Amino acid sequence: MMRFLLLFSRQGKLRLQKWFTPMTEREKKKITRDMTTMVLSRQPRSCNFLHWKDLKIIYKRYASLYFCLAIENQENELIALEVIHRYVELLDKYFGNVCELDIIFNFEKAYFILDEFLMGGEIQETSKQMVNRSIEASDMLQETMEEYMSKPAF
Amino acid sequence: MPAVSKGDGMRGLAVFISDIRNCKSKEAEVKRINKELANIRSKFKGDKALDGYSKKKYVCKLLFIFLLGHDIDFGHMEAVNLLSSNKYTEKQIGYLFISVLVNSNSDLISLINNGIKNDLASRNPTFMNLALHCIANVGSREMAEAFASQIPSILVAGDTMDSVKQSAALCLLRLNRTSPDLVPMGEWTARVVHLLNDQHLGVVTAATSLITTLAQKSPEDFRTSISLAVARLSRIVTSASIDLQDYTYYFVAAPWLSVKLLRLLQCYPPPEDAALRSRLTECLETILNKAQEPPKSKKVQHSNAKNAVLFEAISLIIHHDSEPTLLVRACNQLGQFLQHRETNLRYLALESMCTLASSEFSHEAVKTHIDTVINALKTERDVSVRQRAVDLLYAMCDRSNSKQIVAEMLSYLENADYSIREEIVLKVAILAEKYAVDYTWYVDTILNLIRIAGDHVSEEVWYRVIQIVINQDDVQGYAAKTVFEALQAPACHENLVKVGGYILGEFGNLIAGDPRSSPLVQFNLLHSKFHLCSVPTRALLLSAYIKFINLFPEVKPTIQDVLRSDSQLRNADVELQQRAIEYLRLSCIASTDILATVLEEMPPFPERESSILAKLKKKKGPSKVPDIDEARWNVNGNTEHSENTEPTNKSSPPSLMADLLPTNRPRPASYSPTILSAGNMAPSHPFTDLLNLNSSPAAGASLLVDVMSDLSTPAPTTTTTTPAATDVCEEHFSRFVCKNNGVIFENQLLQIGLKSEYRQNLGRMYVFYGNKTSSQFLSFSSSVTSSDTLKTHILPLLPPLLTVNIHTKPVDPTVEGGAQLQQILNIECVTDFSDAPVLSVQFRYGGTLQNIGVKLPVMLNKFFQPTEMTSQDFFQRWKQLGVPQQEVQTIFKAKHPMDTDVTNAKILGFGVALLTGVDPNPANFVGAGVIHTKSTQVGCLLRLEPNPQAEMYRLTLRTSRESVSQRLCDLLSEQF
Repeated sequence: MMRFLLLFSRQGKLRLQKWFTPMTEREKKKITRDMTTMVLSRQPRSCNFLHWKDLKIIYKRYASLYFCLAIENQENELIALEVIHRYVELLDKYFGNVCELDIIFNFEKAYFILDEFLMGGEIQETSKQMVNRSIEASDMLQETMEEYMSKPAF
Repeated sequence: MPAVSKGDGMRGLAVFISDIRNCKSKEAEVKRINKELANIRSKFKGDKALDGYSKKKYVCKLLFIFLLGHDIDFGHMEAVNLLSSNKYTEKQIGYLFISVLVNSNSDLISLINNGIKNDLASRNPTFMNLALHCIANVGSREMAEAFASQIPSILVAGDTMDSVKQSAALCLLRLNRTSPDLVPMGEWTARVVHLLNDQHLGVVTAATSLITTLAQKSPEDFRTSISLAVARLSRIVTSASIDLQDYTYYFVAAPWLSVKLLRLLQCYPPPEDAALRSRLTECLETILNKAQEPPKSKKVQHSNAKNAVLFEAISLIIHHDSEPTLLVRACNQLGQFLQHRETNLRYLALESMCTLASSEFSHEAVKTHIDTVINALKTERDVSVRQRAVDLLYAMCDRSNSKQIVAEMLSYLENADYSIREEIVLKVAILAEKYAVDYTWYVDTILNLIRIAGDHVSEEVWYRVIQIVINQDDVQGYAAKTVFEALQAPACHENLVKVGGYILGEFGNLIAGDPRSSPLVQFNLLHSKFHLCSVPTRALLLSAYIKFINLFPEVKPTIQDVLRSDSQLRNADVELQQRAIEYLRLSCIASTDILATVLEEMPPFPERESSILAKLKKKKGPSKVPDIDEARWNVNGNTEHSENTEPTNKSSPPSLMADLLPTNRPRPASYSPTILSAGNMAPSHPFTDLLNLNSSPAAGASLLVDVMSDLSTPAPTTTTTTPAATDVCEEHFSRFVCKNNGVIFENQLLQIGLKSEYRQNLGRMYVFYGNKTSSQFLSFSSSVTSSDTLKTHILPLLPPLLTVNIHTKPVDPTVEGGAQLQQILNIECVTDFSDAPVLSVQFRYGGTLQNIGVKLPVMLNKFFQPTEMTSQDFFQRWKQLGVPQQEVQTIFKAKHPMDTDVTNAKILGFGVALLTGVDPNPANFVGAGVIHTKSTQVGCLLRLEPNPQAEMYRLTLRTSRESVSQRLCDLLSEQF
C-alpha cells in the first residue's frame, strides 16, 4: 500500500500532504523534513527511487513541484511512478494546464481529486474518464442539490 | 474546461491565501494568521448564526492554516456541523477537515459517527462515498466498531453502485489493516472473491487490493481467487490494446490491475491444477515476450507501465521458484535492463536480481552478469544505483567469486559516499569471513578495511577479527606480523591500534624471534601510539602491556616504569588508574607461575553467529539482507568438514568471556585482573557446550537436559505446551525437505526465516522473527511442541544488539518495528519420527493478540549422513535388505519439469550421497546414507527411476526399518 503522498515546491514548501496511516503531527513534520531534504538534494537525471527506512520513496518533478510517494517495501516502483503521473493528468484535466498556483489556491480541490483517485493507500479508480466524471458530477451537485434531493436515490 | 475558481469559488479564502503569499517574512505571516484566527473565532462565537457558506469558508480557512503548519484548537464542532448540511460541497469540506484534523481520540467521534451513519443510510451514492472515504481516512477503532459490520453488506449487495463498491472494498481493507479483529470473515468473503469477475474494471481493481490483503492473512479462505485471478490476467494480457477502453494506459492494457493480480498470486504457491498452472505460465510467457516487442509509443509512461507489469511478473516467477526456464528468462531479461539507458530500469534490474540470486535455479545465471554489475559500481552517477549494485554483488557472492567481489568492494570503498560506507564495511567483513579459504586473506582484508575506512569500522568488525584470530591457530603468527607491519605507518587508525594491541598482547611472542620485531621494538611501537588514543584504547593497551610482561620477562622493567609513571598511576580516568595500579602490583608480587596462569592466552571463543550480520540486518531491516545459501557463521573453522575431523574441543571456554574484550565493559571496582585469563574458570558452562555441535552426541544429549532446568527465565518466554487452537501453517513445509534455509512463514506482520544445520542426530535451527511493520510487537513469546521422539530445546541466545529490550524486560518482550529477533533451537533426534514439531508464536500487535502456528521443517531426512559406496557394495546391501517390509515403493506423476540437474540437486539436498555409475541405467538416480538417531543408526538405500515419456517416476527405498522407509518415501516423493 501507499503510506503517504507529499507535494512540495523546489523551495521545500509543502503544497499537499496525504497520510494513509495514522501519524502524529510531530512524525508528519519529521517525515516531511526528511523527504524534502532527501529529494531536493538529488542530482538531476538520477533515478526516481530511493530507499528510506523500510519504505520505498518514489518521486518525480513536474515543473516547480515535486511529487513524492512512499510505498511499502514489496510494492512496484514503476506503477507507483505512474500513479503520480495519473494524478498529475487528473489535475491537469480539471484545472486545464495545471500549475503550482492552482494547487495553492484550490488546495481543497486537489484533495478531492486525490480522494476520488486513491483511497486507504490503494488505487481506487484508474480510469481518467471515470474520475473526471465523478469530480464534475460533484461540482454540478452544488447547483442542483435541491433538485437532486427531491429525486429518488437510484 | 473550467478555470481556477470552479463550481464554488470562495472569494474570501482566495484573498486570504494571496495575503499569506504576499507576506514578506515569517513574522508577518504569523501576524496575518493570528488576525484571521481571531476573526474566525469571533464569527464562530458570535450571536448571529452563520449560514452554511460562511461556515464552509471559515472551516476551509482553518484547514489551510493547519496545512501551513500551525496548530488549530477550535472549529472542529463547526466542521462536524457541516456534515449534516444537505449541500454537497459543504458536506465535502466538513469531511475533508475531519479527515485531515481529527485524531482517533477526539471526543467528537460519536458526533462524526452519527453524520457518517446518516450518509451511509442515505442511499445517495455520492454521500455514501464521502462517508466511506472519511472512515478510511480516519480509520479509528471507534469508527471500525461502529461500521465494520455494515460495510461488507454494502460491498456485496446486488444493488450497490459500482463507485460505492470500490469505496466500500477499500474502506474495508483499511479497517482490516487497523482492526482485523473487527472485520470477521463471513458469508461475504466468497462473494467478494467473485468481484474478480465483475464487468467494471475499477471494481475488480479495488476488490483485488482487498482480496490480496485478506489472503495474506488467511490464504485458505481465498484459495478460490487463484483461478479467477489467472483467468482475469489471461484475458488482460491477450487483449488488444484498445479493448479495455479507458483502462488502457498509454497502450498498455490495465497495468494497475495486472500488477495487483500478479501480487495476489504471490500470496500462494504455484497452482496445483495442471491446466491452471499452464495457463498462468502462458500469461507469464506472454508478458516476457511483450518485453521484446518494439514499443507502441515513445512516451516514458508506456514503457513504465509495460515494465511495471513485467517486473511484477518476474517477482511472481521468483516467488514460485519452480520453473527453471522462466527463471532463466527472467534473469536474461533483467540482464538486458542492466545495460538499459533508463536509470530507473538499471536500478530495478539490480534490485530484482538480488532476490533472483538466492534461488538455486538462477544463482549461476545471475553470476554471469558480475562484470556488468562491477562496472555499474564504478560508473553509475547515482548513489542509489551504486548502492543496489553493492547489494547485488553481496547477494551473488559465493566461493568462486568472493575474492574478486571483495576486492572490488574494497576499491569502491576508497571513494564511496559516506552515507553507505558503514554498510559496505559490514558486507565486506561478512563476505571475507564467510568465504575465507585461508585466513591470511581474511586478516589482510579486514586490516585493509580499517586502513581505508577506519571511522566506519564498527566494534563488531574488529571484535570479530580478534575472535577469529584467537580461534585459528594457523593464522596467529601471520596476524601478528601483519598488524606489526601495519602499525609502522606514521598515522594509523585507532581501530588498528586496538586490533594491534590485542593481537600483539596475545601472540607477539610468535614474531619476537626476528630482531626487527623484538619484544622491546613491539612495545615501543605500541606505546608510541598510546598518547594519541582515547581512553578505552589506552585501557586495552595497558592490558596488552601486562600480557607482554608475561610473554617477555626481559621488558618487564621497562613496562613497570611506564605503569609506575604519574601519568598512569594518577591518571584522571579511574579505569586507567585502576588498571595501572592493579597491573603494576600484579607484576611485582605474583610469581612467574601465577603470572603465567593469570595471563594465559585467551581460550577460543564459542561458535556463534556473527554479530556483524546481526548489525547489518538491523541496519537494513530484516527483509533486505538477501539470504545467501548455506550461511555458516563459525569461528571454529570449517564445519563443512567437521564430521571428518576430531572435535576441536579445547577446554570449553566460559561463554561469559565471549563478548568480553577487556576495555569496553564497565566493571565493578573489585573486578580482579584474573579474569583476563579464562583458563582459571575451568568448569565449563553448559550453555557453551550446547552451542558446540562438535561435541560428542552423548555428552551433548545429557547437557541438553541439564540446560532445560537452567532456563528459568528465558528471554522470549519459551515453554513446552500444547499449541493453542490456531491453524498450523504448513504452506512452505514441503519446500524445506531438500533445503535448510529460507522463509517458512510470512504474513503482513511477521516473517519467519529459518537457517538450520544438522550433524548426525543433532541439529540447530536459527529462527529469525522479522517484524515487517513499523510498530512494536508486544508480549512476544514462542513455544515449540514436538513428540517425545524429537527433543527440541529453545535457547534464548540472541545477538547482543537485538536483545537489549528482551533482556531488560523479560516479562514483556517487545520486538521493535522493522527489527529482527533471533532464536536458536537445538534439536536432537531420539528415534525415528514422522510428526514435525510445531512452533507457536504469540504477540500483541495494535491491541490484538496474534497467534501463529508453523510446522517446523524438521524431518527425518535431516539426520542423514551421506555414504559413498561402490556399485558392488550397493547391490550387496540392496539384497540384504530384501525383506518385503523393508522396501517401500511408490509411482507418481512428475509435478515439475524432469530436469536431471535439478533432480541431482534435490537428492543431494535430501541428505544422501548420490552414487553415479551404480545403476546400469544411467538415467536412474541412486543414493545412500545413514540416518542418525540417538539410539540407533538406520542405513538407507534409494533408487529413483524417471520415465520422461510418461512424466512419471518410480521411487524405491530400502532401509532396515519399515517406518523409516515409509517416512522417507513420503517425504521424497513430494519433491519431484
